[in-house]
Amino acid sequence: MHAGSSESHDLTRRATLRLLGLLGVVGMAGTALADAPGWPVEAFKQKTEADALKQLYGKPFEVSDKVTLEVPEIAENGAVVPVSVSTTLEGVTSISILVPENPFTLAASYKMSDATMPAIGCRLKMAKTSNVIALVEAGGKIYAASKEVKVTLGGCGG
Amino acid sequence: MSLRRVSRRLAIAALIFSALGGAAPAPADGLATAAADQKAFQAFFKDRFPNLPVAEFGNGPYAVNAEMRKQWEDIMQFPPYDFALDEGKTAFETPFANGKSYADCFANGGIGVRQTYPTFDTKTGEVVTLDLAINRCRIANGEKPLPYQTGMMASITAYMAETSRDKPFDIKIPDDPRAIAAYEAGKEYFYTRRGQLNFACASCHVTSAGQRMRGDILAPAMGILAAFPIYRSDWGSMGTIDRRFTSCSSQMRSEPLPPQDPAYRNVEYFLSFMSNGVPITGPGTRP
Amino acid sequence: MASTIRVRAQANGPTTDVQALIQHPMDSGFVKDSDGNLVPPHYIETVTFEHAGKIVLTSNWGPAVSKDPYTKFSFKGGAKGDVLNVTWVDNLGKTDTVAAKIA
Repeated sequence: MHAGSSESHDLTRRATLRLLGLLGVVGMAGTALADAPGWPVEAFKQKTEADALKQLYGKPFEVSDKVTLEVPEIAENGAVVPVSVSTTLEGVTSISILVPENPFTLAASYKMSDATMPAIGCRLKMAKTSNVIALVEAGGKIYAASKEVKVTLGGCGG
Repeated sequence: MSLRRVSRRLAIAALIFSALGGAAPAPADGLATAAADQKAFQAFFKDRFPNLPVAEFGNGPYAVNAEMRKQWEDIMQFPPYDFALDEGKTAFETPFANGKSYADCFANGGIGVRQTYPTFDTKTGEVVTLDLAINRCRIANGEKPLPYQTGMMASITAYMAETSRDKPFDIKIPDDPRAIAAYEAGKEYFYTRRGQLNFACASCHVTSAGQRMRGDILAPAMGILAAFPIYRSDWGSMGTIDRRFTSCSSQMRSEPLPPQDPAYRNVEYFLSFMSNGVPITGPGTRP
Repeated sequence: MASTIRVRAQANGPTTDVQALIQHPMDSGFVKDSDGNLVPPHYIETVTFEHAGKIVLTSNWGPAVSKDPYTKFSFKGGAKGDVLNVTWVDNLGKTDTVAAKIA
Protein backbone atom coordinates (compact mmCIF):
# COMPACT_ATOMS: atom_id res chain seq x y z
CA MET A 1 0.00 0.00 0.00
CA HIS A 2 1.24 3.47 -0.82
CA ALA A 3 2.28 5.37 2.25
CA GLY A 4 -0.28 8.05 1.64
CA SER A 5 -0.16 9.44 5.17
CA SER A 6 2.57 11.95 4.34
CA GLU A 7 0.08 13.52 1.96
CA SER A 8 -2.64 13.30 4.56
CA HIS A 9 -5.92 14.72 3.36
CA ASP A 10 -6.58 16.33 6.71
CA LEU A 11 -9.00 18.91 5.37
CA THR A 12 -11.06 16.36 3.49
CA ARG A 13 -11.11 14.00 6.47
CA ARG A 14 -12.16 16.75 8.85
CA ALA A 15 -14.81 17.98 6.45
CA THR A 16 -16.15 14.46 6.08
CA LEU A 17 -16.28 13.93 9.83
CA ARG A 18 -18.13 17.22 10.21
CA LEU A 19 -20.65 16.09 7.61
CA LEU A 20 -21.14 12.76 9.31
CA GLY A 21 -21.50 14.54 12.62
CA LEU A 22 -24.34 16.57 11.11
CA LEU A 23 -26.10 13.38 10.14
CA GLY A 24 -26.48 12.61 13.80
CA VAL A 25 -26.87 9.38 15.62
CA VAL A 26 -29.86 7.09 15.33
CA GLY A 27 -31.14 5.07 18.27
CA MET A 28 -28.08 5.76 20.42
CA ALA A 29 -27.58 8.30 23.16
CA GLY A 30 -24.32 10.04 24.07
CA THR A 31 -21.13 8.23 23.08
CA ALA A 32 -22.03 5.51 20.60
CA LEU A 33 -19.42 2.84 21.05
CA ALA A 34 -21.65 -0.17 20.41
CA ASP A 35 -21.28 -1.84 17.05
CA ALA A 36 -24.07 -1.96 14.50
CA PRO A 37 -26.66 -4.62 15.29
CA GLY A 38 -25.96 -7.94 13.59
CA TRP A 39 -22.39 -6.99 12.74
CA PRO A 40 -20.15 -10.06 13.30
CA VAL A 41 -17.88 -8.49 15.91
CA GLU A 42 -15.83 -11.60 16.63
CA ALA A 43 -15.24 -12.49 12.99
CA PHE A 44 -13.79 -9.06 12.28
CA LYS A 45 -11.35 -9.39 15.19
CA GLN A 46 -9.61 -12.47 13.82
CA LYS A 47 -6.07 -12.45 12.49
CA THR A 48 -5.89 -15.81 10.80
CA GLU A 49 -7.79 -17.53 8.01
CA ALA A 50 -8.78 -20.41 10.29
CA ASP A 51 -10.09 -18.18 13.06
CA ALA A 52 -12.03 -15.92 10.67
CA LEU A 53 -13.57 -18.98 9.01
CA LYS A 54 -14.48 -20.46 12.38
CA GLN A 55 -16.18 -17.27 13.57
CA LEU A 56 -17.98 -16.70 10.29
CA TYR A 57 -19.27 -20.16 9.44
CA GLY A 58 -17.88 -22.63 11.98
CA LYS A 59 -17.16 -25.19 9.29
CA PRO A 60 -14.34 -26.04 6.89
CA PHE A 61 -14.32 -25.05 3.24
CA GLU A 62 -13.59 -26.96 0.06
CA VAL A 63 -11.89 -25.34 -2.88
CA SER A 64 -14.29 -25.21 -5.80
CA ASP A 65 -13.88 -24.24 -9.42
CA LYS A 66 -17.52 -23.16 -9.31
CA VAL A 67 -16.42 -20.06 -7.41
CA THR A 68 -14.95 -17.35 -9.63
CA LEU A 69 -12.73 -14.73 -8.03
CA GLU A 70 -11.60 -11.80 -10.14
CA VAL A 71 -8.74 -9.74 -8.79
CA PRO A 72 -5.79 -8.00 -10.43
CA GLU A 73 -2.43 -9.80 -10.42
CA ILE A 74 -0.70 -6.58 -9.48
CA ALA A 75 -2.83 -4.00 -7.69
CA GLU A 76 -2.48 -0.51 -9.15
CA ASN A 77 -2.82 0.72 -5.58
CA GLY A 78 -3.25 -1.36 -2.44
CA ALA A 79 -5.77 1.21 -1.16
CA VAL A 80 -8.33 0.37 -3.84
CA VAL A 81 -8.24 -3.20 -5.17
CA PRO A 82 -11.33 -4.17 -7.22
CA VAL A 83 -12.58 -7.63 -6.21
CA SER A 84 -15.42 -9.56 -7.83
CA VAL A 85 -16.81 -12.87 -6.66
CA SER A 86 -19.38 -14.90 -8.53
CA THR A 87 -20.47 -18.52 -8.55
CA THR A 88 -22.60 -21.02 -10.41
CA LEU A 89 -23.50 -22.73 -7.13
CA GLU A 90 -27.12 -22.57 -6.07
CA GLY A 91 -28.68 -21.71 -2.74
CA VAL A 92 -26.02 -19.13 -1.91
CA THR A 93 -26.68 -17.43 1.41
CA SER A 94 -23.41 -15.65 1.99
CA ILE A 95 -20.16 -14.51 0.36
CA SER A 96 -17.15 -13.43 2.40
CA ILE A 97 -13.71 -12.20 1.46
CA LEU A 98 -10.55 -12.80 3.46
CA VAL A 99 -7.17 -11.11 3.08
CA PRO A 100 -4.85 -13.09 5.38
CA GLU A 101 -1.94 -10.61 5.19
CA ASN A 102 -4.13 -7.73 6.36
CA PRO A 103 -4.05 -6.78 10.07
CA PHE A 104 -7.52 -8.31 10.38
CA THR A 105 -8.23 -11.20 8.06
CA LEU A 106 -11.90 -10.63 7.30
CA ALA A 107 -12.44 -7.78 4.86
CA ALA A 108 -16.16 -8.07 4.10
CA SER A 109 -19.02 -10.49 4.47
CA TYR A 110 -22.28 -10.32 2.53
CA LYS A 111 -25.62 -11.95 3.35
CA MET A 112 -27.81 -12.77 0.39
CA SER A 113 -31.57 -13.30 0.24
CA ASP A 114 -33.08 -16.04 -1.91
CA ALA A 115 -33.72 -13.34 -4.53
CA THR A 116 -30.12 -12.16 -4.67
CA MET A 117 -27.79 -13.19 -7.50
CA PRO A 118 -24.72 -14.94 -6.09
CA ALA A 119 -22.19 -12.32 -7.12
CA ILE A 120 -20.56 -9.34 -5.46
CA GLY A 121 -18.28 -6.51 -6.60
CA CYS A 122 -16.34 -4.44 -4.10
CA ARG A 123 -13.11 -2.49 -3.58
CA LEU A 124 -10.78 -3.51 -0.78
CA LYS A 125 -7.64 -2.30 0.93
CA MET A 126 -4.66 -4.62 0.97
CA ALA A 127 -1.72 -3.83 3.23
CA LYS A 128 0.69 -5.99 1.24
CA THR A 129 0.93 -8.86 -1.18
CA SER A 130 -1.54 -11.50 -0.06
CA ASN A 131 -3.89 -14.18 -1.14
CA VAL A 132 -7.46 -13.06 -1.47
CA ILE A 133 -9.86 -15.80 -0.47
CA ALA A 134 -13.50 -15.81 -1.52
CA LEU A 135 -15.79 -17.95 0.62
CA VAL A 136 -19.23 -18.86 -0.64
CA GLU A 137 -21.83 -20.40 1.67
CA ALA A 138 -24.22 -22.45 -0.43
CA GLY A 139 -26.64 -25.12 0.67
CA GLY A 140 -25.09 -25.05 4.12
CA LYS A 141 -21.56 -25.83 2.87
CA ILE A 142 -18.60 -23.52 2.32
CA TYR A 143 -16.77 -23.32 -1.00
CA ALA A 144 -13.67 -21.28 -1.71
CA ALA A 145 -11.41 -19.83 -4.37
CA SER A 146 -8.12 -18.07 -3.78
CA LYS A 147 -5.81 -15.87 -5.82
CA GLU A 148 -2.69 -13.92 -4.98
CA VAL A 149 -2.66 -10.16 -5.47
CA LYS A 150 0.70 -8.44 -5.52
CA VAL A 151 0.83 -5.12 -3.75
CA THR A 152 3.99 -3.17 -4.49
CA LEU A 153 5.54 0.07 -3.41
CA GLY A 154 4.43 2.95 -5.55
CA GLY A 155 7.10 4.38 -7.75
CA CYS A 156 6.82 8.00 -6.90
CA GLY A 157 8.48 7.81 -3.50
CA GLY A 158 5.47 8.52 -1.36
CA MET B 1 17.14 26.53 0.56
CA SER B 2 17.17 27.39 -3.15
CA LEU B 3 16.88 24.89 -5.93
CA ARG B 4 20.17 23.84 -7.37
CA ARG B 5 19.29 23.83 -10.98
CA VAL B 6 21.51 21.63 -12.97
CA SER B 7 20.35 22.61 -16.40
CA ARG B 8 20.98 19.70 -18.77
CA ARG B 9 19.19 19.02 -21.98
CA LEU B 10 18.13 15.46 -22.26
CA ALA B 11 18.26 13.37 -25.38
CA ILE B 12 14.72 14.24 -26.38
CA ALA B 13 15.41 17.96 -26.21
CA ALA B 14 18.40 17.35 -28.42
CA LEU B 15 16.10 15.45 -30.76
CA ILE B 16 13.69 18.34 -30.93
CA PHE B 17 16.40 20.90 -31.48
CA SER B 18 18.14 18.79 -34.06
CA ALA B 19 14.82 18.61 -35.88
CA LEU B 20 15.04 22.36 -36.11
CA GLY B 21 18.43 22.21 -37.71
CA GLY B 22 20.35 22.34 -34.47
CA ALA B 23 19.94 26.07 -33.86
CA ALA B 24 18.60 27.57 -30.66
CA PRO B 25 15.24 29.26 -31.42
CA ALA B 26 15.44 32.99 -32.07
CA PRO B 27 12.63 35.01 -30.43
CA ALA B 28 11.33 36.09 -33.84
CA ASP B 29 10.69 32.44 -34.76
CA GLY B 30 9.10 31.66 -31.38
CA LEU B 31 5.75 30.52 -32.74
CA ALA B 32 7.35 28.47 -35.49
CA THR B 33 9.62 26.90 -32.91
CA ALA B 34 6.69 26.02 -30.68
CA ALA B 35 4.81 24.49 -33.59
CA ALA B 36 7.85 22.45 -34.59
CA ASP B 37 8.40 21.37 -30.98
CA GLN B 38 4.81 20.16 -30.80
CA LYS B 39 5.15 18.20 -34.02
CA ALA B 40 8.37 16.54 -32.88
CA PHE B 41 6.97 15.84 -29.39
CA GLN B 42 3.85 14.14 -30.73
CA ALA B 43 5.88 12.27 -33.35
CA PHE B 44 8.10 10.89 -30.59
CA PHE B 45 5.14 9.53 -28.63
CA LYS B 46 3.30 8.20 -31.67
CA ASP B 47 6.49 6.42 -32.58
CA ARG B 48 6.95 5.06 -29.04
CA PHE B 49 3.32 3.88 -28.88
CA PRO B 50 2.48 3.17 -32.52
CA ASN B 51 -0.89 1.51 -32.01
CA LEU B 52 -2.28 4.08 -29.63
CA PRO B 53 -5.04 6.34 -30.97
CA VAL B 54 -4.51 9.99 -30.09
CA ALA B 55 -7.64 9.88 -27.95
CA GLU B 56 -6.03 7.31 -25.67
CA PHE B 57 -3.13 9.55 -24.65
CA GLY B 58 -5.42 11.20 -22.12
CA ASN B 59 -5.67 7.93 -20.21
CA GLY B 60 -2.08 7.88 -19.03
CA PRO B 61 -0.93 4.55 -17.59
CA TYR B 62 -4.21 2.88 -18.59
CA ALA B 63 -3.48 3.48 -22.26
CA VAL B 64 -0.20 1.58 -22.07
CA ASN B 65 -0.83 -1.24 -19.59
CA ALA B 66 -3.64 -3.75 -20.02
CA GLU B 67 -3.72 -4.98 -16.43
CA MET B 68 -3.97 -1.52 -14.98
CA ARG B 69 -6.59 -0.65 -17.57
CA LYS B 70 -8.81 -3.49 -16.36
CA GLN B 71 -8.71 -2.15 -12.80
CA TRP B 72 -9.43 1.33 -14.09
CA GLU B 73 -12.43 0.16 -16.11
CA ASP B 74 -13.71 -1.60 -13.02
CA ILE B 75 -13.42 1.54 -10.92
CA MET B 76 -14.87 3.70 -13.70
CA GLN B 77 -18.15 1.74 -13.48
CA PHE B 78 -18.84 4.11 -10.64
CA PRO B 79 -16.06 6.67 -10.38
CA PRO B 80 -15.12 7.91 -6.93
CA TYR B 81 -15.04 11.53 -8.21
CA ASP B 82 -18.82 11.41 -8.46
CA PHE B 83 -19.30 13.31 -5.20
CA ALA B 84 -16.84 16.04 -6.19
CA LEU B 85 -18.50 16.38 -9.59
CA ASP B 86 -21.90 17.01 -8.02
CA GLU B 87 -20.46 19.41 -5.50
CA GLY B 88 -18.69 21.26 -8.30
CA LYS B 89 -21.80 21.55 -10.46
CA THR B 90 -23.81 22.96 -7.57
CA ALA B 91 -21.07 25.44 -6.68
CA PHE B 92 -20.63 26.48 -10.30
CA GLU B 93 -24.32 27.20 -10.67
CA THR B 94 -24.66 29.07 -7.37
CA PRO B 95 -24.51 32.87 -7.77
CA PHE B 96 -22.02 34.96 -5.83
CA ALA B 97 -23.25 37.38 -3.18
CA ASN B 98 -23.32 40.12 -5.80
CA GLY B 99 -25.69 38.15 -8.02
CA LYS B 100 -23.16 37.28 -10.72
CA SER B 101 -21.79 33.79 -11.25
CA TYR B 102 -18.88 31.88 -12.77
CA ALA B 103 -20.70 31.86 -16.10
CA ASP B 104 -20.14 35.61 -16.34
CA CYS B 105 -16.36 35.17 -16.26
CA PHE B 106 -15.94 32.58 -18.98
CA ALA B 107 -16.62 32.18 -22.66
CA ASN B 108 -19.75 30.13 -23.33
CA GLY B 109 -20.71 30.52 -19.67
CA GLY B 110 -17.80 28.27 -18.69
CA ILE B 111 -19.33 25.23 -20.33
CA GLY B 112 -17.07 23.26 -22.63
CA VAL B 113 -14.06 25.59 -22.28
CA ARG B 114 -11.61 23.65 -20.12
CA GLN B 115 -9.67 22.41 -23.15
CA THR B 116 -8.61 25.99 -23.97
CA TYR B 117 -6.75 26.41 -20.67
CA PRO B 118 -4.13 27.54 -19.91
CA THR B 119 -4.42 30.75 -21.91
CA PHE B 120 -1.98 33.63 -22.10
CA ASP B 121 -3.31 36.90 -20.76
CA THR B 122 -1.69 39.64 -22.83
CA LYS B 123 -3.05 42.29 -20.45
CA THR B 124 -1.22 40.98 -17.39
CA GLY B 125 1.50 39.17 -19.32
CA GLU B 126 1.05 35.81 -17.60
CA VAL B 127 -0.19 32.28 -18.12
CA VAL B 128 -3.72 31.83 -16.80
CA THR B 129 -4.68 28.31 -15.80
CA LEU B 130 -8.30 27.32 -15.27
CA ASP B 131 -7.74 27.31 -11.50
CA LEU B 132 -6.31 30.81 -11.60
CA ALA B 133 -9.17 31.98 -13.80
CA ILE B 134 -11.66 30.64 -11.28
CA ASN B 135 -10.06 32.57 -8.46
CA ARG B 136 -9.73 35.72 -10.55
CA CYS B 137 -13.45 35.41 -11.17
CA ARG B 138 -14.15 35.07 -7.47
CA ILE B 139 -11.97 38.02 -6.51
CA ALA B 140 -13.46 40.19 -9.25
CA ASN B 141 -16.89 39.45 -7.79
CA GLY B 142 -16.06 40.12 -4.17
CA GLU B 143 -15.53 36.51 -3.13
CA LYS B 144 -12.52 35.05 -1.30
CA PRO B 145 -10.23 32.97 -3.49
CA LEU B 146 -10.38 29.20 -3.05
CA PRO B 147 -7.35 27.29 -1.78
CA TYR B 148 -5.70 25.40 -4.60
CA GLN B 149 -4.92 21.69 -4.94
CA THR B 150 -8.07 20.05 -3.57
CA GLY B 151 -11.50 20.67 -2.07
CA MET B 152 -13.87 23.03 -3.82
CA MET B 153 -11.28 24.10 -6.43
CA ALA B 154 -10.98 20.47 -7.49
CA SER B 155 -14.76 20.05 -7.47
CA ILE B 156 -15.40 23.08 -9.68
CA THR B 157 -12.63 22.21 -12.13
CA ALA B 158 -13.99 18.64 -12.15
CA TYR B 159 -17.37 19.95 -13.28
CA MET B 160 -15.85 22.24 -15.89
CA ALA B 161 -13.66 19.38 -17.17
CA GLU B 162 -16.68 17.11 -17.40
CA THR B 163 -18.43 19.64 -19.66
CA SER B 164 -15.35 19.44 -21.90
CA ARG B 165 -15.02 15.68 -21.92
CA ASP B 166 -13.80 14.43 -25.31
CA LYS B 167 -13.01 17.93 -26.56
CA PRO B 168 -9.42 18.07 -27.83
CA PHE B 169 -6.86 20.32 -26.15
CA ASP B 170 -6.81 23.60 -28.06
CA ILE B 171 -4.11 25.74 -26.50
CA LYS B 172 -3.08 28.94 -28.21
CA ILE B 173 0.18 30.84 -27.98
CA PRO B 174 -0.41 34.44 -29.10
CA ASP B 175 2.23 36.16 -31.19
CA ASP B 176 3.57 37.98 -28.16
CA PRO B 177 7.16 37.68 -26.95
CA ARG B 178 5.97 37.28 -23.37
CA ALA B 179 3.77 34.34 -24.33
CA ILE B 180 6.59 32.75 -26.24
CA ALA B 181 8.91 33.34 -23.29
CA ALA B 182 6.40 31.67 -20.95
CA TYR B 183 6.15 28.70 -23.31
CA GLU B 184 9.96 28.48 -23.52
CA ALA B 185 10.27 28.74 -19.73
CA GLY B 186 7.79 25.88 -19.34
CA LYS B 187 9.74 23.81 -21.82
CA GLU B 188 12.99 24.48 -20.02
CA TYR B 189 11.45 23.53 -16.67
CA PHE B 190 10.17 20.29 -18.14
CA TYR B 191 13.57 19.19 -19.39
CA THR B 192 15.68 20.43 -16.45
CA ARG B 193 16.97 17.97 -13.88
CA ARG B 194 16.41 19.04 -10.30
CA GLY B 195 16.41 17.89 -6.69
CA GLN B 196 18.18 15.07 -4.90
CA LEU B 197 17.10 12.47 -7.40
CA ASN B 198 18.29 14.65 -10.27
CA PHE B 199 15.24 13.82 -12.36
CA ALA B 200 13.57 16.05 -14.89
CA CYS B 201 9.87 15.68 -15.70
CA ALA B 202 11.11 14.27 -18.98
CA SER B 203 13.21 11.60 -17.26
CA CYS B 204 10.05 9.72 -16.30
CA HIS B 205 7.40 10.99 -18.68
CA VAL B 206 9.40 11.02 -21.89
CA THR B 207 12.44 8.75 -21.58
CA SER B 208 10.71 6.11 -19.44
CA ALA B 209 7.11 6.67 -20.51
CA GLY B 210 5.14 3.41 -20.35
CA GLN B 211 7.76 1.70 -18.20
CA ARG B 212 7.60 0.85 -14.52
CA MET B 213 8.99 2.82 -11.66
CA ARG B 214 8.62 0.27 -8.88
CA GLY B 215 4.89 -0.47 -8.83
CA ASP B 216 3.80 2.48 -10.96
CA ILE B 217 3.49 2.75 -14.71
CA LEU B 218 4.80 6.10 -15.97
CA ALA B 219 2.30 8.01 -18.09
CA PRO B 220 3.49 9.55 -21.36
CA ALA B 221 3.81 13.35 -21.12
CA MET B 222 1.58 13.73 -24.16
CA GLY B 223 -1.94 14.14 -22.80
CA ILE B 224 -0.81 13.77 -19.20
CA LEU B 225 -2.90 16.72 -17.99
CA ALA B 226 -6.05 15.71 -19.88
CA ALA B 227 -7.56 13.73 -17.01
CA PHE B 228 -7.28 16.42 -14.33
CA PRO B 229 -8.56 16.98 -11.76
CA ILE B 230 -8.23 13.41 -10.54
CA TYR B 231 -9.43 11.23 -7.70
CA ARG B 232 -6.21 9.51 -6.84
CA SER B 233 -6.48 6.30 -4.80
CA ASP B 234 -3.23 7.29 -3.15
CA TRP B 235 -4.84 10.48 -1.84
CA GLY B 236 -8.32 9.08 -1.27
CA SER B 237 -9.52 12.45 -2.51
CA MET B 238 -9.51 14.86 -5.44
CA GLY B 239 -6.45 16.72 -6.59
CA THR B 240 -5.76 19.37 -9.20
CA ILE B 241 -2.73 19.78 -11.44
CA ASP B 242 -1.16 21.87 -8.66
CA ARG B 243 -1.60 19.03 -6.22
CA ARG B 244 0.19 16.63 -8.51
CA PHE B 245 2.97 19.09 -9.39
CA THR B 246 3.71 19.94 -5.75
CA SER B 247 3.48 16.33 -4.56
CA CYS B 248 5.61 15.08 -7.46
CA SER B 249 8.23 17.74 -6.65
CA SER B 250 8.32 16.48 -3.05
CA GLN B 251 8.43 12.86 -4.09
CA MET B 252 11.33 13.57 -6.44
CA ARG B 253 13.08 15.19 -3.43
CA SER B 254 12.90 18.60 -5.00
CA GLU B 255 11.60 21.76 -3.32
CA PRO B 256 7.90 22.04 -4.14
CA LEU B 257 6.83 25.45 -5.39
CA PRO B 258 3.65 27.13 -4.15
CA PRO B 259 0.50 26.24 -6.12
CA GLN B 260 0.10 28.40 -9.24
CA ASP B 261 3.74 29.46 -9.07
CA PRO B 262 4.64 30.98 -12.46
CA ALA B 263 7.05 28.09 -13.07
CA TYR B 264 4.23 25.56 -12.60
CA ARG B 265 1.86 27.58 -14.75
CA ASN B 266 4.46 27.81 -17.49
CA VAL B 267 5.09 24.07 -17.51
CA GLU B 268 1.33 23.46 -17.55
CA TYR B 269 1.17 25.80 -20.57
CA PHE B 270 3.98 23.93 -22.31
CA LEU B 271 2.56 20.47 -21.57
CA SER B 272 -0.95 21.44 -22.60
CA PHE B 273 0.24 23.00 -25.88
CA MET B 274 2.27 19.86 -26.57
CA SER B 275 -0.96 17.89 -26.09
CA ASN B 276 -3.12 19.84 -28.57
CA GLY B 277 -5.45 17.38 -30.22
CA VAL B 278 -5.61 15.00 -27.23
CA PRO B 279 -9.21 14.94 -25.90
CA ILE B 280 -10.06 15.91 -22.34
CA THR B 281 -10.59 12.81 -20.18
CA GLY B 282 -11.27 14.61 -16.94
CA PRO B 283 -12.24 14.39 -14.27
CA GLY B 284 -10.37 11.14 -13.91
CA THR B 285 -9.17 8.47 -11.52
CA ARG B 286 -5.58 7.37 -11.03
CA PRO B 287 -3.75 4.94 -8.72
CA MET C 1 -27.11 18.38 2.68
CA ALA C 2 -26.63 15.90 -0.17
CA SER C 3 -26.84 12.22 0.71
CA THR C 4 -23.64 10.28 1.22
CA ILE C 5 -25.16 7.41 -0.74
CA ARG C 6 -25.23 7.27 -4.55
CA VAL C 7 -27.22 4.47 -6.10
CA ARG C 8 -27.51 3.38 -9.71
CA ALA C 9 -30.23 0.75 -9.81
CA GLN C 10 -31.26 -0.48 -13.23
CA ALA C 11 -34.14 -2.83 -13.97
CA ASN C 12 -32.84 -5.35 -16.46
CA GLY C 13 -35.61 -7.79 -17.40
CA PRO C 14 -36.20 -10.16 -14.47
CA THR C 15 -33.31 -8.73 -12.43
CA THR C 16 -32.27 -5.39 -11.05
CA ASP C 17 -28.58 -4.43 -11.26
CA VAL C 18 -27.37 -2.25 -8.42
CA GLN C 19 -24.22 -0.22 -7.94
CA ALA C 20 -23.77 1.96 -4.88
CA LEU C 21 -21.04 4.42 -3.92
CA ILE C 22 -20.96 5.80 -0.40
CA GLN C 23 -18.98 8.82 0.73
CA HIS C 24 -17.19 7.71 3.89
CA PRO C 25 -13.58 7.91 5.13
CA MET C 26 -13.40 4.22 6.10
CA ASP C 27 -10.52 5.05 8.42
CA SER C 28 -8.83 1.86 9.49
CA GLY C 29 -7.16 3.20 12.58
CA PHE C 30 -3.74 2.26 11.19
CA VAL C 31 -2.97 5.48 9.35
CA LYS C 32 -1.24 8.49 10.89
CA ASP C 33 -2.16 12.09 10.19
CA SER C 34 0.36 14.80 9.27
CA ASP C 35 1.11 15.36 12.99
CA GLY C 36 2.04 11.72 13.44
CA ASN C 37 -1.05 10.78 15.42
CA LEU C 38 -3.13 7.73 14.54
CA VAL C 39 -6.44 8.64 12.94
CA PRO C 40 -9.01 6.67 14.97
CA PRO C 41 -10.97 3.89 13.25
CA HIS C 42 -14.11 5.20 11.58
CA TYR C 43 -15.70 2.84 9.11
CA ILE C 44 -19.09 1.61 7.98
CA GLU C 45 -20.03 -1.69 9.60
CA THR C 46 -23.31 -2.56 7.90
CA VAL C 47 -25.15 -1.56 4.76
CA THR C 48 -28.62 -2.88 4.03
CA PHE C 49 -30.41 -2.85 0.70
CA GLU C 50 -34.16 -3.28 1.04
CA HIS C 51 -36.74 -3.71 -1.69
CA ALA C 52 -40.48 -4.23 -1.17
CA GLY C 53 -39.99 -5.04 2.49
CA LYS C 54 -37.26 -7.59 1.84
CA ILE C 55 -33.59 -7.11 2.63
CA VAL C 56 -31.90 -8.24 -0.55
CA LEU C 57 -28.34 -7.61 0.64
CA THR C 58 -26.62 -7.00 3.95
CA SER C 59 -23.01 -5.93 3.73
CA ASN C 60 -20.90 -6.44 6.84
CA TRP C 61 -17.72 -4.46 6.46
CA GLY C 62 -14.46 -4.04 8.31
CA PRO C 63 -11.89 -1.28 7.91
CA ALA C 64 -10.32 -3.11 4.93
CA VAL C 65 -13.09 -1.89 2.65
CA SER C 66 -11.77 1.02 0.58
CA LYS C 67 -12.56 4.64 1.24
CA ASP C 68 -15.72 5.85 -0.50
CA PRO C 69 -16.88 2.24 -0.55
CA TYR C 70 -18.44 0.60 -3.57
CA THR C 71 -20.92 -2.25 -3.93
CA LYS C 72 -22.15 -4.07 -6.99
CA PHE C 73 -24.79 -6.79 -6.96
CA SER C 74 -28.04 -7.89 -8.59
CA PHE C 75 -31.30 -9.30 -7.36
CA LYS C 76 -34.34 -10.97 -8.96
CA GLY C 77 -37.34 -8.71 -9.07
CA GLY C 78 -37.58 -4.96 -8.97
CA ALA C 79 -39.19 -2.82 -11.64
CA LYS C 80 -38.67 0.67 -12.94
CA GLY C 81 -39.98 3.16 -10.41
CA ASP C 82 -39.65 0.82 -7.43
CA VAL C 83 -37.87 2.10 -4.35
CA LEU C 84 -34.63 0.58 -3.09
CA ASN C 85 -33.82 1.71 0.45
CA VAL C 86 -30.12 1.79 1.28
CA THR C 87 -28.94 2.39 4.84
CA TRP C 88 -25.51 2.33 6.45
CA VAL C 89 -24.41 2.37 10.08
CA ASP C 90 -20.78 2.91 11.08
CA ASN C 91 -18.70 1.99 14.14
CA LEU C 92 -19.40 5.38 15.74
CA GLY C 93 -23.11 4.83 15.42
CA LYS C 94 -23.51 7.38 12.64
CA THR C 95 -25.88 6.56 9.83
CA ASP C 96 -27.41 7.68 6.57
CA THR C 97 -30.17 6.35 4.37
CA VAL C 98 -31.52 6.98 0.91
CA ALA C 99 -34.63 5.86 -0.95
CA ALA C 100 -33.30 5.28 -4.46
CA LYS C 101 -35.52 4.79 -7.48
CA ILE C 102 -34.95 1.85 -9.77
CA ALA C 103 -34.50 3.10 -13.31
